Amino acid sequence: MMPFQPVLLWSDLLLWLLLACAIGLGIVSARTPHLRRAWSRLGRNGVAMAVATLLTAFLLVGLLDSLHYRERLPPAPGQTGTVYGVEVLSVLDGLLTHLRSRNEKTYSAPFATRLYAKESMETPAGTVRDYPRLKHGGAHLGDDETKRDADVMQRAFAGKVQAFLIWLGLAGGLAALLARRQGCSHQEAWRAIWRGETAIAWRGVLLALGGLLLVFLPLALLAGDYHVFGTDKVGQDVFYQVLKSIRTALVIGLVTTLVTLPLAVVLGIVAGYFRGWADDVIQYIYTVLNSIPGVLLIAAAVLMMQVVIDTRPQWFATAAERADLRLLALCVILGMTSWTGLARLLRGETLKLRELEYIQAARAFGVSSGRIIGRHILPNLMHIVVIALVMDFSSLVLAEAVLSYVGIGVDPTMISFGTMINNARMELGREPVVWWSLAAAFVFMFVLVLSANLFADAVRDAFDPRLD
Amino acid sequence: MPSIPASTEPLLSVRGLSLAIQKAGPGEQRRVPAVTDLGFDLLPGETLALVGESGCGKSLTAQALMRLLPGAIRVTGGAVHFQGQNLLALPEAAMRDLRGRGMAMIFQEPATSLNPVLTVGCQIGEVLARHGGLQGRAARERAEQLLRQVGIADPARRLDEYPFQFSGGMKQRVMIAIALAADPQLLIADEPTTALDVTVQSQILDLLQQIQAERGMAMLLITHDLGIVARMAHRVGVMYAGQLVELASREAFFRAPGHPYSQALFAALPEAVGRGQRLKALAGQVPALEAMPAACRFADRCERRQPVCCNEAPGLTAQGQGGLVRCHFPGPQAGAAAEVKLVEPRVPAAAAPLLQIEQLQVHFPIRKGFLQRVCGQVRAVDGVNLSLTPGRTLALVGESGCGKTTVGKALMQLLPRTGGSLHWQGAVIDDADKGQRRALRRKMQMVFQDPFASLNPRMMVGDILLEGMLALGVADSAESGRGACIALLEQVGLKAEALGRFPHEFSGGQRQRIAIARALAVSPELLICDEPTSALDVSVQAQILNLLRDLQAELQMAYLFITHNFAVVEYLAQEVAVMYLGRVVEQGPVERVLAAPAHPYTEALLSAVPRIEGTRQVIRLQGETPSPARPPQGCHFHPRCPKAMELCRRDYPETRELPGGRQVACHLHG
Repeated sequence: MMPFQPVLLWSDLLLWLLLACAIGLGIVSARTPHLRRAWSRLGRNGVAMAVATLLTAFLLVGLLDSLHYRERLPPAPGQTGTVYGVEVLSVLDGLLTHLRSRNEKTYSAPFATRLYAKESMETPAGTVRDYPRLKHGGAHLGDDETKRDADVMQRAFAGKVQAFLIWLGLAGGLAALLARRQGCSHQEAWRAIWRGETAIAWRGVLLALGGLLLVFLPLALLAGDYHVFGTDKVGQDVFYQVLKSIRTALVIGLVTTLVTLPLAVVLGIVAGYFRGWADDVIQYIYTVLNSIPGVLLIAAAVLMMQVVIDTRPQWFATAAERADLRLLALCVILGMTSWTGLARLLRGETLKLRELEYIQAARAFGVSSGRIIGRHILPNLMHIVVIALVMDFSSLVLAEAVLSYVGIGVDPTMISFGTMINNARMELGREPVVWWSLAAAFVFMFVLVLSANLFADAVRDAFDPRLD
Repeated sequence: MPSIPASTEPLLSVRGLSLAIQKAGPGEQRRVPAVTDLGFDLLPGETLALVGESGCGKSLTAQALMRLLPGAIRVTGGAVHFQGQNLLALPEAAMRDLRGRGMAMIFQEPATSLNPVLTVGCQIGEVLARHGGLQGRAARERAEQLLRQVGIADPARRLDEYPFQFSGGMKQRVMIAIALAADPQLLIADEPTTALDVTVQSQILDLLQQIQAERGMAMLLITHDLGIVARMAHRVGVMYAGQLVELASREAFFRAPGHPYSQALFAALPEAVGRGQRLKALAGQVPALEAMPAACRFADRCERRQPVCCNEAPGLTAQGQGGLVRCHFPGPQAGAAAEVKLVEPRVPAAAAPLLQIEQLQVHFPIRKGFLQRVCGQVRAVDGVNLSLTPGRTLALVGESGCGKTTVGKALMQLLPRTGGSLHWQGAVIDDADKGQRRALRRKMQMVFQDPFASLNPRMMVGDILLEGMLALGVADSAESGRGACIALLEQVGLKAEALGRFPHEFSGGQRQRIAIARALAVSPELLICDEPTSALDVSVQAQILNLLRDLQAELQMAYLFITHNFAVVEYLAQEVAVMYLGRVVEQGPVERVLAAPAHPYTEALLSAVPRIEGTRQVIRLQGETPSPARPPQGCHFHPRCPKAMELCRRDYPETRELPGGRQVACHLHG
């Protein structure tokens, strides 16, 4: 009998579907010369490859967090059938069990051994008000808390040494691989990597990998015995929370494009190509949509959706499913309100393209409109679509944070950058200030959005048709 | 032709100027030479014309003189002395003083060289304030004076107008006024009339000549049109692949060009050969900058090539009076006359017409207001009658905006017809019948103007050729069409391997061949060619014209050839129709119409074309073509017509038959 029951949430399905689409697009690009040229230009860009490495790391965390299951509960006495827990866990949760389960009572600072607030404690010497020891953070130190700094330093140093060794191994392996493929000596391959003369900018990849290892290997080693980013109000580890937030951000950023893309591409091209009343109708729709304040529209839709979900508890077997549907609904709502920009762009470009002579030539042959759009117009718009997709990603991640802060974002039980920042509203108001939750969310989101933006810039440069 | 003042001190002296394009490759910086060892002198009051095909470095040279080179292009050697100062060593601040006051420049495209959000007066004032320190009233008076000098009527009012209120020719006049504002000693004119119509071009060239004579200004004229050179230049420099290959006085150059490339340029001109002869087209194209041969750069295309040409780079050697030529075997072509073959193509006599166009009208509604009410019509084509015969060519000529392209597009059903009827081999085409309209698409096809815009950059050549065959059911599948595609490519002089390549891998001439092959793919009986050579260099134009003639002789297609170039008309067509503001004003056999035009507009148009065989009396037309939305009352041409009468202001003349199969719409022949 299986020790767990796999659970497929809708957002998991869509996320994996998107991954499959991306792989498919990759295969198509490899076969299409002009796309391959553009991607290989991207591959030569050191910054792009470095941020792509960071994004891949984020994506890996997000994908690990998108394989869900329910654990089998130990059979209760007198019970015959198998019963699975109500809690839906992901592979990431499984890997981070010690982070997830070792909760403290309330706030504690990063690397602290005691709570952040004083409590009255009963001791043999009477009632004392003091900072109580944490249950888990630094528990291995025993009574001698003064050893903490030395212990942290020592473990961090060991982690950095290990990170460096692993990195050296990886870099050496890469150089050996390149040397074998190019048929040159290791030294030459090594030099080619560092001078950026390789077809893919491995220098950027290696630097980003080095940075990732140097930061996260020590953190991973320390996270077993300390709360490296502290704990929040209910004593949950903040490091665990930020890792969980990554998936929410990715779902918002990626799944929303599934909604915007068909709307924008179809409506934009139809408006630009057929002109006439179709153009008028589509233009009126997006002008009206654009003239309603975005937050207002989203707030109204989210509140309506909330009522629907709250009045139908029978739809959901677990709380996770409910939270997931809410997340998806948010994606749809964000998608419905954010397709206008891309549609307008595509309409304008189509207007320009349809007057070009090769389209006129196709029309002179009596080629049907569908085929003209599919073979002549769409391929010549793809660069705009790719650029818009990558650029929208970061703005959507930020939008989620804002909406959750306003209280109309994801389900409160779902961990996201937005909910973390929302909680920080209280934490910044208390004395002494609790800063680590906000700081951790900020740094992670900042790195994610900055990487996405830099990547978008590089994509735009690589797909610039003037370079073709 | 103004004479050069007898001064021997050069105003501008260029020595060994070399320019290179900086290319940032992966890991290293490369420099690709773009202009090599360029040298010439320019005397005060003299006009030097730099001629050559696109990509030969003419415009780069002009930009280098002004020190306005794009960032990626560096000066790698040489010196430029202007009034004794080395320009390349001057600090930027001193250079700014010199630009405008010492030397000024006018550009090719008047539409983009004026700032659309500033008034004309403001843009002239900018120069006056910078170089003359003139402000306020004084500046305004000076600006008025300048506008008057360049022939703009009512300058006081027009100073406060914006560039969009000026027509193309007027904008170029304003550009000239700005260039003259600081009294430069040298005017650099980079293709100043290429974007203009021929009658306007003639006005601008007159103006430049007159201003030069008044001010004794030197002029560096960059052009690709030998007709303009013949009219304007004192001396001629020919550039090829970044080198100066010949420098000669105008007389010597036109009498006996020394370099084989210069000779080839002449031989490729349609007006240089008689009707019925093949143009001597240069094979191949200018070598790419990256793959420049170390020896003679012209060797690959040269008929006179000897082993030494491929091994040793020729230097500039003196030839004639002060002339220079870069060739191992300079001098006039040996036995050129003997080689010219007279191939009179089989032109069938006027047979039964293939397609008759009667009273063709294409009107575009002008819409205004919130509800898009129609409040007027642009009569782009207004009652055109044409008749096309198998194996013969009808040329449709006219200036831009006269509706000639609209006729072509309306025939191709790319634009809806407002009125008129088409008769295919005598049978009326029923517009409502989809089957008939579809059948018509197979019978006519079109070749477009710009070979860079007429092929989808994302499709392989094979797919481009197949598209029409599949859409019209000529081929059932890609496999069955493949053989036909290969045959088509061979027919237009390309290899079968082109099928799997993308358009950007081909040069302009090759792309136009692909576009022709695409049109031929459905075996049309009528080919509409919309300015198929106007975006091409003259040597490539000759290749395409030869190809079109051979195809016509072979396939007996009828051609409707839309063009503004009379030399091409003379070379290719049997009949010609001249259009003005949507109507045909004169129509008839080419030899009659061109030799003795009956309509004053045809006459003016013909006289305005710059010819290499020397100057002749130009009939100067006033103003420019009016808008087809508001054509003048009476005869459309009367406001510009030198022979206009009272009657012309009242009634549009009827089309009358003249002896010799000509038709003309003019009261003079009433």
